[in-house]
Amino acid sequence: MVIFIALAKIIIIPVLVLNLIPLLIWMERKGAAYIQDRRGPNRANILGIRLGGMVHNFADVIKLLTKEENLPDGANRFYFYLAPFLAMFVSFVTVAVIPFGDDVHLGDLVFSLRVTDASVGMLYIFAIVSLSVYGVMLGGWASNSKFSLLGGLRVASQMISYEIALSLAAVSLFMVTESVDLGTMVRAQGELPWHWNFFHQPLAFLIFLVAAFAETNRNPFDLAEGESEIVGYHLEYSSMKFALFFMAEYAAIAVSSAILVTLFFGGWQIPGFSTETLLQGGEFYLKNVGLGVAAFSALTGLVLLTQYRPGKNGDLRDYEVLVLGIPALLAGLGLGAYLMWMGLPPLADWVAPVFVAALQAACFLFKVLCFCFFFVWVRWTLPRFRYDQVMSFGWKGMLPIALANILGTGIYLLIRG
Amino acid sequence: MELILFYLFAGVVVSSALLVVFFRNPLSSALALVAALFGVAALFVLLHAYFLAAIQVLVYAGAVMVLFIFIIMMMNLDLTTLRKIHYSFTGIVGALFGSYLAAILILRLGYFSEAARATPEDYGSIASIGKLLFTDYQVPFEMTSLLLLVAIIGAVMLAKKEAKHAARQAP
Repeated sequence: MVIFIALAKIIIIPVLVLNLIPLLIWMERKGAAYIQDRRGPNRANILGIRLGGMVHNFADVIKLLTKEENLPDGANRFYFYLAPFLAMFVSFVTVAVIPFGDDVHLGDLVFSLRVTDASVGMLYIFAIVSLSVYGVMLGGWASNSKFSLLGGLRVASQMISYEIALSLAAVSLFMVTESVDLGTMVRAQGELPWHWNFFHQPLAFLIFLVAAFAETNRNPFDLAEGESEIVGYHLEYSSMKFALFFMAEYAAIAVSSAILVTLFFGGWQIPGFSTETLLQGGEFYLKNVGLGVAAFSALTGLVLLTQYRPGKNGDLRDYEVLVLGIPALLAGLGLGAYLMWMGLPPLADWVAPVFVAALQAACFLFKVLCFCFFFVWVRWTLPRFRYDQVMSFGWKGMLPIALANILGTGIYLLIRG
Repeated sequence: MELILFYLFAGVVVSSALLVVFFRNPLSSALALVAALFGVAALFVLLHAYFLAAIQVLVYAGAVMVLFIFIIMMMNLDLTTLRKIHYSFTGIVGALFGSYLAAILILRLGYFSEAARATPEDYGSIASIGKLLFTDYQVPFEMTSLLLLVAIIGAVMLAKKEAKHAARQAP
């Protein structure tokens, strides 16, 4: 039994991260489009269904899978193939210690909603993140191209530099929480937003945020791609191997958002509702959340129906709003009516804990997606740093501030006693 | 189960350590060393020393070896010159010292296996290691950090002098 639970967790949680990747690509495209005052992908469809551009991802995958695989002349074949896998591996393994919800008690069984309860928590994440340099460096080196090598070295030195600030920012959190275990850190923050760590440790939060941008190679630390001078570690990659590097980047965004939420924004804590409150009023909350979902679904359906313009595109896409809107409206109305008139059927014992865990996981994912959107927002708003600016900012700016923050936290803890 | 895992990871460590020596390509050697360090970290996990395992990966695989590989990539070594095997005086001395170390380790094998039976409850936890470092081993700990600082300053000074020299030579 224990081994099956462990296996299920090992499979489900990385698959969850894998599924966030297309969502993030969609978010990036739409976010970029609306920031630049255009509409983004809205053509690709399956029988007229576009899902607001989400279907475009299928077109991407088919394109990338059918592109020619290219091995550069004189490249080291083994390392050339290994590098994208390493990049992906690191992003997926990091998520193992992040809790998605409070421990679920079902009778005598206790589930923890994360792959492993390793007590070293955050140190494990640091250890794995420090390995993400290998994918980049090997990719750059094995391509046998000077520009790839330069790009790889550039990104590697950037990642090493900002890793230090990242770790030091977290040290002040360890001092406050007196633990490196992420579950303990989330529980210590409590359910009230003004007790969360971003409020107690604003400086650490800012440093961690900036360093997380640098670690994921996102703008304004976008040296990995460097579109303007085309120096990047994945220059020589094509087809699915190139896509793996890109998927790794998006997975890294999702994972670092999850770490940020866990460390600074209360993880799975729902603002104002502790696990005990939710468990005690299980049926009440289940009914109200059900009503909320019903209202949301009905409203979405209504809004979609008002968008129906016959003859706008002149093909199946015209009917998409009807195909999506009518079932959403009917399902919303039906669920709402059922809950209002019939009420909840008598619940088994396991329903309330599972419901609370699902609610917390949903809250966690919502926070993570908000941070992911922040990553997108920053990318399409800020310009890129020059390489020397990145380095001097990392070593002369972030590192001293992080050290000063540790010192200040230490003095504060000493005075508080 | 634990025994199987031990032999598995010990096999990884030994075989990748041998590969470090036998690979001709220096980059492959460095990566084999990374694999060996990983294996050692896994052995630490089997000993319930999670903190040491995490630090092992973080410091050696994540920082030290990255710099090694950095330098190997920057030097752009020619593989044809590396294929020749050199016999030098330092190599012979190194082999002598290496075999001496190996002999000591082999002779001591039986001695260590008995002592490692009983482990206290908080063995290898961050709190207990931190307490030891800042009480019983405070002086060696501080001296090590001083040594590292001296090494860093020395490296910076060496690099700086050369840069000044080069700048003066430039027209």
